[in-house]
Amino acid sequence: MEKYIEQARSALLNPVEVGDRELDTLLGKMTGRHIDHADLYFQYTRHESWVLEEGIVKSGSYNVDKGVGLRAVSGDKSGFAFSDDLRFPTLTQAAESVRGIAHGIGTGRIAVADRRSVKAPILYKPHDPLASFSDLEKVSLLERVEQEARRTDPRVKQVIVNLAGSHEIVMVVRADGQVCADVRPLIRLTVNVVAESNGRREQGTFSGGSRETYDFLTNDDVAIDYAREAVRQALVNLDSVNAPAGTMDVVLGPGWPGIILHEAVGHGLEGDFNRKGTSAYSDRIGERVASELCTIVDDGTITNRRGSLTIDDEGTPSKNTVLIENGVLKGYMQDLTNARLMNQTPTGNGRRESFRHQPMPRMTNTYMLPGQSTHDEIISSVDKGLYAVSFSGGQVDITSGEFVFSATEAYMIEKGKVTRPVKGVTLIGNGPDVLNRITMVGNNLELDSGIGTCGKNGQSVPVGVGQPTIRIDSLTVGGVEV
Amino acid sequence: MSGNGLVSLENSGDVSKYVTQALDYASKFGVDGACAHVGRGKGYELTVRMGELETIEHHNGGNLRVTVFMGHKKGSSTTSDLSEEAIAEAVRAAKSIAGFTSEDPCNGLAPKDRLAREFSDLDLCHPADIGRGKALEIAQECESAALSSDARIINSEGATVETLETTTAFGNSDGFLHEGKTTSYVVSCCVVGKSESGMQQDYWYSTGCDPNQLDSPQSIGLMTAKRTLRKLDSRRINTCDVPVLFEAPIASSLLRCLIGGISGSALYRKASFLLDSIGEQIFPEGTRIHEQPHLKRTLGSAYADAEGVATVARDIISDGVLQGYVLDTYSARKLGMETTANAGGVRNLTIDCSERDFAGMLKLMDTGLLVTDLMGFGVNTVTGNYSQGARGFWVENGEMQYPVEELTIAGNLRDMFRSIVEVGNDVDLRRNIRTGSILISNMAVSGE
Repeated sequence: MEKYIEQARSALLNPVEVGDRELDTLLGKMTGRHIDHADLYFQYTRHESWVLEEGIVKSGSYNVDKGVGLRAVSGDKSGFAFSDDLRFPTLTQAAESVRGIAHGIGTGRIAVADRRSVKAPILYKPHDPLASFSDLEKVSLLERVEQEARRTDPRVKQVIVNLAGSHEIVMVVRADGQVCADVRPLIRLTVNVVAESNGRREQGTFSGGSRETYDFLTNDDVAIDYAREAVRQALVNLDSVNAPAGTMDVVLGPGWPGIILHEAVGHGLEGDFNRKGTSAYSDRIGERVASELCTIVDDGTITNRRGSLTIDDEGTPSKNTVLIENGVLKGYMQDLTNARLMNQTPTGNGRRESFRHQPMPRMTNTYMLPGQSTHDEIISSVDKGLYAVSFSGGQVDITSGEFVFSATEAYMIEKGKVTRPVKGVTLIGNGPDVLNRITMVGNNLELDSGIGTCGKNGQSVPVGVGQPTIRIDSLTVGGVEV
Repeated sequence: MSGNGLVSLENSGDVSKYVTQALDYASKFGVDGACAHVGRGKGYELTVRMGELETIEHHNGGNLRVTVFMGHKKGSSTTSDLSEEAIAEAVRAAKSIAGFTSEDPCNGLAPKDRLAREFSDLDLCHPADIGRGKALEIAQECESAALSSDARIINSEGATVETLETTTAFGNSDGFLHEGKTTSYVVSCCVVGKSESGMQQDYWYSTGCDPNQLDSPQSIGLMTAKRTLRKLDSRRINTCDVPVLFEAPIASSLLRCLIGGISGSALYRKASFLLDSIGEQIFPEGTRIHEQPHLKRTLGSAYADAEGVATVARDIISDGVLQGYVLDTYSARKLGMETTANAGGVRNLTIDCSERDFAGMLKLMDTGLLVTDLMGFGVNTVTGNYSQGARGFWVENGEMQYPVEELTIAGNLRDMFRSIVEVGNDVDLRRNIRTGSILISNMAVSGE
């Protein structure tokens, strides 16, 4: 990590001649009586995106984002400012503006402490994805993916391929003396196709990525598989019929359908909502909130995963936190502030979209551990129901517990067999209620392909989800056939 | 050289110079055409929760986006660092990317003869000296009105006051350069109510470019409490096929689906349920949907779109028939048409309403579902397939009977548009899409 700190200094601080003395001065202005915590979050992100459509690479974009967020916390109150100008006089003014939050409430009284570092296992290599391929190689990758999609089936009429990569250097300097840095690569490839047959058009999408370089996409033909998968989904949807409306048994496939956990459980277990008592799961630790088949964790420590972080955006090393164990609520996901106020340990879930935003408790990779049933046993246990394998997204009202998630590939199950594909449907339920109706859990845990982006209070961060095949009894399915 | 950030912004409202710098570098680097946009915002956001100050965020930052054309090849780049070296680097990066993209004859700057020339004052800039003390008072008054209105309001996510002063400039290598400044103010509130059956939350907000346009803090708080309380003790209903009334604040989402289907990018990709539908009756006779880009004192108004093209007031739907698409320069060229000055979206899209108020709309529906909240991602622009999570109220004899939850509503957008019965006069003026409540004759409602 020392190497990362040096890298951050040379990218962010050295050009503006801000050194240790200046950092101490800034933190000195942000701390004092009634201040419990103060930090500086420096960030330097380079991001690129390349888009191919109609057979040609039409546009590309290169983005540089650089700045610092300054925060002082007093009790449950926080003062925050950001600046994209890193010169010392500007930072000084920003530091002074955040100090005003302390109005004699916070109990802490911190002064700037001596520097200390933090140890955390490195979960991904610091390599720069943007430099891992030449621009020519990036263009050629897009073209190969496009050609594969078109070659797979003549009904494919439109292919859009988007390649995106970013390289982020962050450094967290805290008033308690801790200094740490992280270098975070992230890549993603999305393939969207429109297929047409007999005047009917349907789309299919597949996407994936990781915290690696673009080589991830060319090793084992990963990108080519994405193209085939997108085409397969579009062709399935060409044959889809109207879905039924009403309540029925639902089987969710492994991997990305784990989005249900993110919505039905995850958000409701974030520390801020529970400290304030606004979550449907507030004050329920130790209670049974799910069927005993369910053990759900939030694990930011998986190597190279999109949702993983070596350290979170407050400098806490990532953890594997058990949220629900055999149906019993075990713990919340915490950032520094909410952990302190709830007298709990930070879980490495303090995340932020960028230096322009304050950190708050956010998920990393949220998944359910495998159970005993085989996938086939689960399917054949359903007499009449829905089998959903891919989703466009989900949403939750954490106070009532109501959540939705919208399927983009789903089938009917009839007499224990998967039969006709149905058009996209939204599924709706109430978190604690639905989790109690999970009656079978498969032995086939899969994580998603690396596509999730979670939004909360207007901030987006990359996340992961996963699960084995699961069966939920009587879930409301939003079809049109009444 | 002037930097960016807290200090320098206060001394300078002028952001066009960054555009000029970018265009000068583009010309120096020998590109065939370029355009650049700079946006800079300064303001703060103050939140009060349970009567006390919770957080103050000072917002102050900028961004530059530059697009260059080499022949008909295109490259773009953005930077938050507005130093001259960073701007030069951004232009260089955009040019380098353009070297690797393909010739696309539709790429290029907006047509010269369509660029905006007239810029009268739209009255969008109302700087107000709302200090922290005043903002704190406003937020406290708002939240306190909600918290004290009923014993069942037991918790709060807070009340927030936001102020923002935005300066933007856009220019291109055909000589267009324009800078504008707008202000915006938002007061919002979100509280939690509790009854024996559980907790519910709702929010309300008021917004405008002039603080005097906002509702009183107290009325925002009271409305938040009222909307939260009425959700308590929600029930479920059986699956049925009934009339559905979209309450005004969420009815705009239906028109957003329309715009998604007639936007140039969906059309040239043949990824729309409204392909080749100009001249077609897609709404009932009498329906008029139009753009009003020049409304004074209205956030969303502008004389030029994001490419500098002069905006025009126009009908998109008249007498139920689609008159035109929503196009920028590129998608228009792809379709062999002309830009409709919609780079960056539609401006104050308005559906003409009837003379019936909200109570009248409930009476008109008589029995059915009033939808007040929508959730989910179940709208497919390629097929028009629509399936969304919903909650609201069961309505009988033209009166709201009880709150309902855990429902979905589903249909196909083409059918839904054609079966609009009426639009109420309870228009929600807070949004860029302006509509009253919309009654649809029937939809599939999935429940128990």
